[in-house]
Amino acid sequence: MVSFKKPNLDSFQERIHIATLFITVCFLLLITRLVWLQLISHGKYSLLAESNRIALVPAPANRGLIIDRNGIVIGRNYSALTLDINAEEAKDNIDKLINELSEIIDISPRDRRNFKRSLEDSRNMGTIPLRSMLNEAETARFMANRYRFPGVEIRARNFREYPYNELASHLVGYIGRVSQRDKERMQAEIENSKADDLDALQTSFLPGIQYVGKIGLEQSYESILRGVPGYDQVEITAGGKPVRTLSSSPSSPGKNIVLSVDVKLQYLVEELYGNFRGAFVAIEPETGDVLAFVSKPNFNPNDFVEGIDSVTWKELNDSPQKPLYNRPLKGIYPPGSTYKPFMALAALENKKRTPSQTISDPGYFDFGNHTFRDDKKGGHGIVDMQKSIVESCDTYYYMLARDMGVNMMHDFMKPLGFGQITGIDLQGESKGVLPSTDWKKTAFKKPEQQKWYEGETISLGIGQGYNSFTILQLAHAMANLANNGIVMKPHLVKAIEDPFTRNRILTTPKESYRIDLNPENIEIIKKAMIEVNISGTSAAAFRGAGYIAGGKTGTAQVFSLNSKDYKHGATAEFLRDHALYIAFAPADKPTIVIAMVVENAGFGAQYAAPIARKALDYYIEGKWPKEVPEWKRAP
Amino acid sequence: MEKSPVKRIQMLLFSFFAGLDRQLGFILLGLSAVGFFTFLSASQNTPVQIADELRNLALSFAVMWLASRIPPKWLEISAAWIYGLGIVLLVAVAVFGLIKKGARRWLNIGVVIQPSEIMKIAMPLMLAWYFQKREGIQKVWDYAVAMIILAIPVFLIARQPDLGTALLVFAAGLYVIILAGLPWKWILPFVAVGAIGIFLIIIFGGTICAHDIAWPFVHNYQKHRICTLLDPSSDPLGKGFHTIQSMIAIGSGGFFGKGWFQGTQAHLEFIPEKHTDFVFAVFSEEFGLLGNLVLIALFFALIKRGLTISASAPNLFTRLLGAAVTLIFFTYAFVNIGMVSGLLPVVGVPLPFISYGGTALVTLGFGAGILMSIHRHRRLVQS
Repeated sequence: MVSFKKPNLDSFQERIHIATLFITVCFLLLITRLVWLQLISHGKYSLLAESNRIALVPAPANRGLIIDRNGIVIGRNYSALTLDINAEEAKDNIDKLINELSEIIDISPRDRRNFKRSLEDSRNMGTIPLRSMLNEAETARFMANRYRFPGVEIRARNFREYPYNELASHLVGYIGRVSQRDKERMQAEIENSKADDLDALQTSFLPGIQYVGKIGLEQSYESILRGVPGYDQVEITAGGKPVRTLSSSPSSPGKNIVLSVDVKLQYLVEELYGNFRGAFVAIEPETGDVLAFVSKPNFNPNDFVEGIDSVTWKELNDSPQKPLYNRPLKGIYPPGSTYKPFMALAALENKKRTPSQTISDPGYFDFGNHTFRDDKKGGHGIVDMQKSIVESCDTYYYMLARDMGVNMMHDFMKPLGFGQITGIDLQGESKGVLPSTDWKKTAFKKPEQQKWYEGETISLGIGQGYNSFTILQLAHAMANLANNGIVMKPHLVKAIEDPFTRNRILTTPKESYRIDLNPENIEIIKKAMIEVNISGTSAAAFRGAGYIAGGKTGTAQVFSLNSKDYKHGATAEFLRDHALYIAFAPADKPTIVIAMVVENAGFGAQYAAPIARKALDYYIEGKWPKEVPEWKRAP
Repeated sequence: MEKSPVKRIQMLLFSFFAGLDRQLGFILLGLSAVGFFTFLSASQNTPVQIADELRNLALSFAVMWLASRIPPKWLEISAAWIYGLGIVLLVAVAVFGLIKKGARRWLNIGVVIQPSEIMKIAMPLMLAWYFQKREGIQKVWDYAVAMIILAIPVFLIARQPDLGTALLVFAAGLYVIILAGLPWKWILPFVAVGAIGIFLIIIFGGTICAHDIAWPFVHNYQKHRICTLLDPSSDPLGKGFHTIQSMIAIGSGGFFGKGWFQGTQAHLEFIPEKHTDFVFAVFSEEFGLLGNLVLIALFFALIKRGLTISASAPNLFTRLLGAAVTLIFFTYAFVNIGMVSGLLPVVGVPLPFISYGGTALVTLGFGAGILMSIHRHRRLVQS
């Protein structure tokens, strides 16, 4: 037999030793790896395994109702069947899937567009509705073909509905599908909040939220209306197949919000505006309750809930009428002559005028080398304070402005709320401009523009010049005056209602502050405003009223007419004057104040005051004008 | 004298088990037991039957017993023939082979076979035989011939394409060549180049894995596999999914494991191929680091025993064959655990005696049988 060759065996055994060493090193490498995975990174991988295993199936919470002060529901939910597609499932050949579905269910191009947008927004989160409000035939057809469409299912969903369509659209707002941006924002909110159980919030809260208020009260009261979504903790397989439910946390519905708004009044005013653009705000002075908050034209918030289609969107967005613009909240207008009562009060409080002190009005006022004209050719003659308001004498206020100076006016008007954020419970309020020398320094860049010129003071007296305020501010100032200087923050929501117990918690803020005004002075101004409606500019509009109302008309120039005579109708529509009007009633104890503008309508007395009269007739006496269709409850 | 029936059975059993290496036998029983219990858990809710696994295990031990009876001399005589047959079949595959999933690996000769599997044993047999022939007169030229003998089947398998098997066959042959005495001065440069290569791939992984860069000699999917290994999260739902999920399974197992039948990753179908190539992830999740240490200890004992047997084998052929077979066990175990734990690219390599699969069990049983045969014949020849 073969005998060993000693050197050869030695070399072989040497190599076996080396192999053993090599193997030992390799196994130690494996053990190191396993120690790293199973001891050092154990926590991380346990978490990953858990999140693999457990899916949170959200149970959306019922959104709270929006109810007006008299119990009329203007934002509600209804349940309907929808065809849902699992986002994960839909990723790849979505077009093919939808084409196949469209053979048995009617799917419009709009549905497709909306679905695709939601899909992009959602980034594979949960299921996405393709078609809502399936009828019985469609439901049956789908159920029969269900096996062909894994990942597609029919579900009952709650939808938001605004039963009165356009009514109060700017104040109610609308909800829409949560976008990625909303998600990120809510995530940030949660992270910033000092919640006790942050993890629970993050994991349980977000997945269940599918809709979020985008504008209006739906937006500003989002956290109250939304409620807390529930969820089931479900163990799932890698394929997403549920195995068993581990735990379940029920959703709790959102709370109802009860508006201070009277939607019948709101409806009436919206109808009275007809095709005119404008803004109308009515406030209960004693409480700050906003009774009507009109922006015309308006839009149908129902169009937005499931994602607006591009045609409607383009129409709304490109319209020169700007129906999406919240005019009372954001639109800024010169107050025109409606500013005069406040100016008169400023004169009394600052002792620049007495009520009986008169001026002689030749119909114009020269300052420097500029002539400021009065509306009335030839002038108003001898004018005292009451006459200056009743007849709306410009010259009186040119002189008054000169005598007071810009800063004295500013300091008096500021606490009344002019050029200040009122703090109403809507987002995006405009501040407007209440001019002062300090304001001008910050508002302009060039040094020569920063200087205040005395000539600029004069037109401020009649509510022109740099003055520009929102109608909400004007109404707020009117309410503060009517309420004798007690300032109440204006608000649209009066109470939060528990959906089960119907218990209401008032959210009405207490008075913000008091302006120290002499009651006698207030009486003088109110008396003059009452006279405006009796023998003044709005006397025609208020003839035969069953109550006493104080008011003041205004006509605000959209642009300077260079002293040329104003001819209604000859000017392009968008360059025509805005008609303004403010009012309070009943005179002895006002329960309502109004500020309004009818854009490009012309004289305030002619176009604004009649609308106010009808609104007051309804609100105070319950009289419904013949030309407006009766209010009908939503089905 | 009449023997009692009990005595008869005892004697029968003794003669049956005589020559089976007891140490190796117990180690293999231990591994098979681990395999069986893991299989029970892994195969829950899958169509694979427990009876199949039991049959495969029985077959494996039967083949092992048979192989342990084959005198090494027979293997030595038939080595070249088996190798030749393997090459013929591989050429036949290249010409007539069946294509599945884009690879031409199978041959239909009544039953469908995969000739590359034969090469796993044929390769070390052939080379061990060759070096036995050239014993004592080895020249540089002999190593060159050995490399050619090695290269032909590796090339044929690699172009099927089946890179995993090609690498295993190459490794099996290379072990023989190195153990046969390939000078260190030739080995070390390759080791150095390999080490630098791996280092460079890790450093420049991001650049060379860029989408538009094609690698020479490598299929796109193979490049993808290596790139996914470097950064599994680059393709979390595609190729990287397997690696990530098996790492999660292993990591979440912790020190003591989640317990038998308690692995969520395994039972909720997050682990791919959970009763075959990725069975280690199931074991690891349920039995933890503790279980893994036991398992690795068993493998180490198996390999240590194989090498000891080889070291005391009677001639160069049996020494080389035994050591090569042992190192194949090692390679399987190391590559499989390495790939499942995300240390190596995913190649289809079973975990010896643990993974489900008839072919692998039979091949490995045959290898173990060869080791036992070598052990059995050591003194017979020496004396």
